[in-house]
Amino acid sequence: MSLELAVLDWFFEPLQFAFMQRSLAVAIMVGIICSVVGSYLMVQRLALLGDAISHSVLPGLAIAFLLGVNIFVGAFIAGVISTVIIGWIHTRSPIKEDAAMGIVFSAFFALGITLITTIQKDNKIDLNHFLFGNILGVTVGDVRDTAIIAALVLMAVFLLYKELLFYSFDPLGAQAGGLPTGLLNAGLMVLIALTVVASMKVVGVILVLSLLIAPGATAYLLVPRLHQVMLLGAAIGVLSSVSGMYLSYYVNLPSGPAIVMVVSALFALSFLFSPRHGVLVGPRRGRPWQKLRTLLPSKGS
Amino acid sequence: MATSPKIIVDHLSVNYRDVQALRNVNLTVRPGKMVGIFGPNGAGKSTLIKAMLGLMPVVTGRVTYGDDTLAHQLDRVAYVPQRSQIDWTFPATVWDVVMMGRVKKTGWFNRFSASSRQLATAALERVGMLEFRDRPIGALSGGQQQRVFLARALAQEAEIFCFDEPFVGVDQKTETVLFNIFRELAQAGKIVMVINHDLGESITNFDQLILLNKELIAAGPRDWVLTRDNMTRAYGGHVGFFGHVA
Repeated sequence: MSLELAVLDWFFEPLQFAFMQRSLAVAIMVGIICSVVGSYLMVQRLALLGDAISHSVLPGLAIAFLLGVNIFVGAFIAGVISTVIIGWIHTRSPIKEDAAMGIVFSAFFALGITLITTIQKDNKIDLNHFLFGNILGVTVGDVRDTAIIAALVLMAVFLLYKELLFYSFDPLGAQAGGLPTGLLNAGLMVLIALTVVASMKVVGVILVLSLLIAPGATAYLLVPRLHQVMLLGAAIGVLSSVSGMYLSYYVNLPSGPAIVMVVSALFALSFLFSPRHGVLVGPRRGRPWQKLRTLLPSKGS
Repeated sequence: MATSPKIIVDHLSVNYRDVQALRNVNLTVRPGKMVGIFGPNGAGKSTLIKAMLGLMPVVTGRVTYGDDTLAHQLDRVAYVPQRSQIDWTFPATVWDVVMMGRVKKTGWFNRFSASSRQLATAALERVGMLEFRDRPIGALSGGQQQRVFLARALAQEAEIFCFDEPFVGVDQKTETVLFNIFRELAQAGKIVMVINHDLGESITNFDQLILLNKELIAAGPRDWVLTRDNMTRAYGGHVGFFGHVA
């Protein structure tokens, strides 16, 4: 067998399984929306908020399961409620926003773990699947739900792009120019919550922050405009999810962590070698080996 | 040309958390004049502008522009925040920032029109930044960044222009460009309000002054406001700028 055929075979072999088709479809969609929505978190310095929302979805998910409602709906509602409470604490008391996030998300997370641990004894529900993802277990219904969420999120970002750009760059200037910044902020929170909910099955609530932040951050070191960050970030997100899945298939790694390790490695490459900002090759930084030497501890000082 | 209405600030008091930031401010800002807002650090200069625009809650008072509250007519306002308020590492080019000035007028779900792009191009030309339109904003000097913000304000086609400390950390060329354009805007019948703290030579560029220190010390024509008594009340006893004082 020629090399080309071997590569093609390597590529197509997993696709003959329906479960791999479903998981790859979900992984690709999640790779795209996480990168696009996560770009807003990164430029607004709200990475921690992504973490807060993702940890906060757990109790909603558990309650929805108990009530027999779609768990995506419950998780989404809990995520949104957490942002409202964070905002409330932050504006109505001298507590800073990061402290408010820390308090709220750990409280929600603890409640979620308690609820799920209690109900998983009698039901077929596994806490680990939500914490670390269970992409190989996605159903046709999950694929459909993820597709609906992805379509909604991408459409909203496309239609509100210019308003969200102004707001995320200069909220005061946008508000003073007559934009409804409270509404835009709320819309952004909803988009983040939807994205987190769609990503639960892929990487789980603990690692979703990586998919939200790392692709955009990787792209940010390479291109200068927000829409370019989003597009390149989406490509990086898809590349990471797909290669993570293949790693997981061939090397038998847990798929969520495999995806996160790939995207983190891509970030590391960008950090070191980006022509614009790379630590080793960035502009006005001398040649790579000289740069490398400056990173090492110097002798005798 | 129809003259713009004036802004009337009526018994405005503002708290910042539990501390009173401004007490009972009454003043009128007329179009066609370059209005400088002066006062020591913490005098409430930025607070006055933000409260006038409804960007922060007020305890009492009302700010009107024509027949309605100013806060209801923000599409007539261009506001340029302090440069330090902005994250200049944001992934945007000069062009992206100037086009932000067209967002409100373009309207929801619409794409920027050709005339919006022309306005933005003309605004960049006017501040001498057209050749930088594709530069990332983080690659500009402080003065260039300030001129880009001025271009954004011009592209907004506003009636009311508010600038918060536009001269901080800018070069001489930028200062000249800013003052020239402020003057042109005022002469075109716009309302131009500029927060400043530099009491040097440049104060003579302003027609009207608003002098604050947690309350209104004085407001009116420059020579009328710049009295020894007013300056002492605003800045305390240690002021070294009496060269300009009537």
